[in-house]
Amino acid sequence: MTALLDFVSYSDWVLHTLIWMPILGIVPVLLSNEQRVKHVAFWWSAVVLILSLGLWWAFDPTVGGMQMESATPWIESWGVNYSLGIDGISLFMVMLTTFSASISILASFNYIQDRQRPFYALMLILEAGVVGVFLATDLFLFYVFFELTLVPMYFIVGIWGGARRIYAAIKFFLYTALGSLLMLVGILYLVYRAKMFIGVPTFAYSDLLQIPLSGVEQLWLFSAFAVAFSVKVPVFPLHTWLPDAHVEAPTPGSVILAAVLLKMGTYGFLRFLLPLFPIAAQHPVVVTTMLVLAVIGIIYTACVAAVQSDAKKLVAYTSVAHMGFVVLGVFALNLNGLQGGLIVMISHGISTGALFLLLGMLYERRHTREIKEFGGIARVAPWLATAFVITALASIGVPGTSGFIGEFLALLGAFENHKVLTVIATLGVIFAAYYMLPMVQRVFFNPLEKQENREIEDLSKRELAILAPLCALMIWIGWNPTPLLDRMEPSVQVVLERFNEATLDGQVRVEDEVNEPQVINGGQE
Amino acid sequence: MVIDFSRQLHYVWALLPEIILCVSGMIILVVGVTGRYREAHLAVEGELEPGRSDDLGWLALLSLSLAAVANAWLYGVTEVGVNSMIAVDQFRLFSNWIFLLAAVLGILISFAYVYRQRLQAGEFYALILFATSGMMFMAGARDLIVVFLGLEVMSIAVYALTAFNRRDRKSAEAGLKYFLLGAFSTGFLLYGIALVYGATGSTNVAVIGEIISSGEGSQNLLSAAIALLTIGFAFKVSAIPFHMWTPDVYEGAPAPVTAWMSAAVKAAGFVAFLRVLMVGFDSMYPLWYPILWWLAAITMVGANLIALVQTNIKRMLAYSSIAHAGYLLVAIAAANETASAGMLFYLLVYTLMNMGAFAIVMSVSHHSEKRLYIDNYVGFGWAQPLLGIFLTIFLLSLAGFPGTGGFMGKIYLLLGAAESDLWALSVILVLTTVLSYWYYLRVAWVMWMKNPEVEGQYDRITVPLPMRLALLMSVGLILYVGILPSGTLEFARASIEGLGTFGGGLLGQGP
Repeated sequence: MTALLDFVSYSDWVLHTLIWMPILGIVPVLLSNEQRVKHVAFWWSAVVLILSLGLWWAFDPTVGGMQMESATPWIESWGVNYSLGIDGISLFMVMLTTFSASISILASFNYIQDRQRPFYALMLILEAGVVGVFLATDLFLFYVFFELTLVPMYFIVGIWGGARRIYAAIKFFLYTALGSLLMLVGILYLVYRAKMFIGVPTFAYSDLLQIPLSGVEQLWLFSAFAVAFSVKVPVFPLHTWLPDAHVEAPTPGSVILAAVLLKMGTYGFLRFLLPLFPIAAQHPVVVTTMLVLAVIGIIYTACVAAVQSDAKKLVAYTSVAHMGFVVLGVFALNLNGLQGGLIVMISHGISTGALFLLLGMLYERRHTREIKEFGGIARVAPWLATAFVITALASIGVPGTSGFIGEFLALLGAFENHKVLTVIATLGVIFAAYYMLPMVQRVFFNPLEKQENREIEDLSKRELAILAPLCALMIWIGWNPTPLLDRMEPSVQVVLERFNEATLDGQVRVEDEVNEPQVINGGQE
Repeated sequence: MVIDFSRQLHYVWALLPEIILCVSGMIILVVGVTGRYREAHLAVEGELEPGRSDDLGWLALLSLSLAAVANAWLYGVTEVGVNSMIAVDQFRLFSNWIFLLAAVLGILISFAYVYRQRLQAGEFYALILFATSGMMFMAGARDLIVVFLGLEVMSIAVYALTAFNRRDRKSAEAGLKYFLLGAFSTGFLLYGIALVYGATGSTNVAVIGEIISSGEGSQNLLSAAIALLTIGFAFKVSAIPFHMWTPDVYEGAPAPVTAWMSAAVKAAGFVAFLRVLMVGFDSMYPLWYPILWWLAAITMVGANLIALVQTNIKRMLAYSSIAHAGYLLVAIAAANETASAGMLFYLLVYTLMNMGAFAIVMSVSHHSEKRLYIDNYVGFGWAQPLLGIFLTIFLLSLAGFPGTGGFMGKIYLLLGAAESDLWALSVILVLTTVLSYWYYLRVAWVMWMKNPEVEGQYDRITVPLPMRLALLMSVGLILYVGILPSGTLEFARASIEGLGTFGGGLLGQGP
């Protein structure tokens, strides 16, 4: 495989292709007719997915820094480059994106009935934007992609969404924009400091890492960036846009939103927040605040989820809870925590995406999402029920599924430094079972009373083709996470090294635990 | 060629674009009153075949392109002699490009309107040309008297254009209002100029700058003069609290006039203001900096807040134009090279996106003053997808979204603000930008997301050829500077060189 990839000099062009091919896909999508467009869009995204699969082999798991880097000057006088790169943190996010984009396009075949061409065009733009966010190694480029994902999502929710779609779309847009614009000022401050320090303005990530910042500056910038990413994640008090957006969005929109858009926030934590501002990120007050917010998010949204009567809203709230585990893992600031956070990100992308797909399938059959309207579906649709149960278990985090690995590692990491908070957060796992299992029971296993429910059909071949790879991935990661962890570890170590550097410089005093992890020599800056 | 300002005749060469515009404006006036064209406005209403008034429009465009050639020619000119009244520098020439572009777009979008509203085409186009030459005087003025002259030439033409639609009460009201308040504010400006002369004994901006930096001149008189000048200019660029005329005038004036003046008059005010402050009063930066700071902050916050609740799209765009004046004031408050270049760049982009948005508004209103409410746009995007996409691009650009010129402009302004450490102002700028998302996106959601109660309740919108040209030009250029801004940025940056000493950054912190 590697030889084949080398032969076509895969690593030279793949990153650019993953961004530009979806954008080019707009042309065939807009040129085809309403009947054929879904197939065109699906096969186009499938080709992108297949191209991205090569990354698994082409990626060198021994290197911690950026790989397959390339940079072309874009706006020279501002020091902006069109520069892309990939490392162990973004690798899985990119693959998750191409995967969920294909899956959600496949899942829109029945759901999207009118205005199909613009819909698929927007989906492809969205895919390109998200891939760009994960690949950009220039903060300007990153910001452009970060904002660019807003517009297609705004229209997807606003045009093809439910009854309150406009409210949900505008709320989503304004919340996210508020955060990201503050981040923009932060980025410009960094560039301004870079100009003073290096002599020329630069937006390059690797250059901005070199800039010495005082503790106070770091705290300010940290807050600006943290707000932007926390809105996306979403972290507890900033999460209110999420349930609205999820409930009103069409199924494919919800899938993309849950699977990858939220990850842009946590990815931002890992890629920018921690390495750029290591002093602020290690400050006890900051760490405690973030952890407390994460734990509140986990517990609070679990409680809210438990009382929802709308199944989609329930799943939407579980998203917040899961992302709380990611934040918990990330701000544990050690290897286990960070890796756990990453695995939760992947696992949540797969399992929550699958849950939204399944709810969409139920909705297409019954045109309702009220839990009490269902009951006993397992008897008429056994395959549907099987897929749902597997997914629900993965979402809860039962051992043997992907959710368990991630949450376990994240909790393990957090437990090293913050015992009390971790114990409280662990309750969240129990709560997850408490809200998820009764829902499964009421929908699939109670007596089959309603006439409409008797007529529900089981999964079609297309639906099976969507769900089978998702379920397989949940179980595969659950049993064999090592290939993933191996690929992440060097890059995560690079992030952790930034903390040690900051500490060794004597700029800040931190707890001993953070100081201990392995120091690797010769890593990337 | 060398222009020697000690020889009177050479002023003709230095003022070639302005002269071309004035002369051709008069020719158009004369042609317009000949019999053939006097009847043009009597054509039957309803049919959209090009009226004879179109010929005059093309003539005006021809003279604008001649002026453009003259403007390009001036790049090859070197000036000799000190303290001339007219500058032949890149700053002026770049500003001229903005005015020419605005006039071209303004005339292109007026064709159908002039015809359908049966306006006197000759006078209409001639007034636009006269106003444009006035703006060019302002941009090139090295003397406060020339600033005043240009301002008056521009303003009087614009007053007349505002009241041009004689059959429309609102137009007359707007014209009167603009005229009275405009004359009042010009008084402030003139008084300011008089005080400057009293304090320094000169009206030449460069001489004033030298005298002030050498410490001569009465500080009290100069302080009062700066305040009065600022009021005069703030009125022209419609900064809050001198904005009261803007919404009424923009709503009442004929739509193509609104489109054109909201971009061009503002641009002229800003470039003249910038040159006077940077060259004449740069050493008094600590004095005027807090005034500009507050002016910018109040303008951004106020305009964006009021724009939130507008239901008439012309009025909404009027408040949005006030808000953009606020963003541009940040550049003046920053007072450094980056910010000034950013201001030029932003003015260029703003001209494109604002006039583009107005062009669509005019199309939707069928070149009249009807259907101007945001609710009229329900389902518009799906009915006419191409126009809908264009309007969306213009709105996203006005909102400052990546991929459009508006984004690059905003970044440029923010970079300029950063160089002078204006962090609080930067934060205000981005927060008010979030506010502006609301009202720009509201049009987008009405257009694409709301379902019309009755399908196809509106006539199909026809877009005549000149309008199409204008739309394609603005969309194309907005996307071009939004995606590949390098060349334009460099151009703007080069146009700033040698302008002044830029007092900005002398201070560290906010007021």
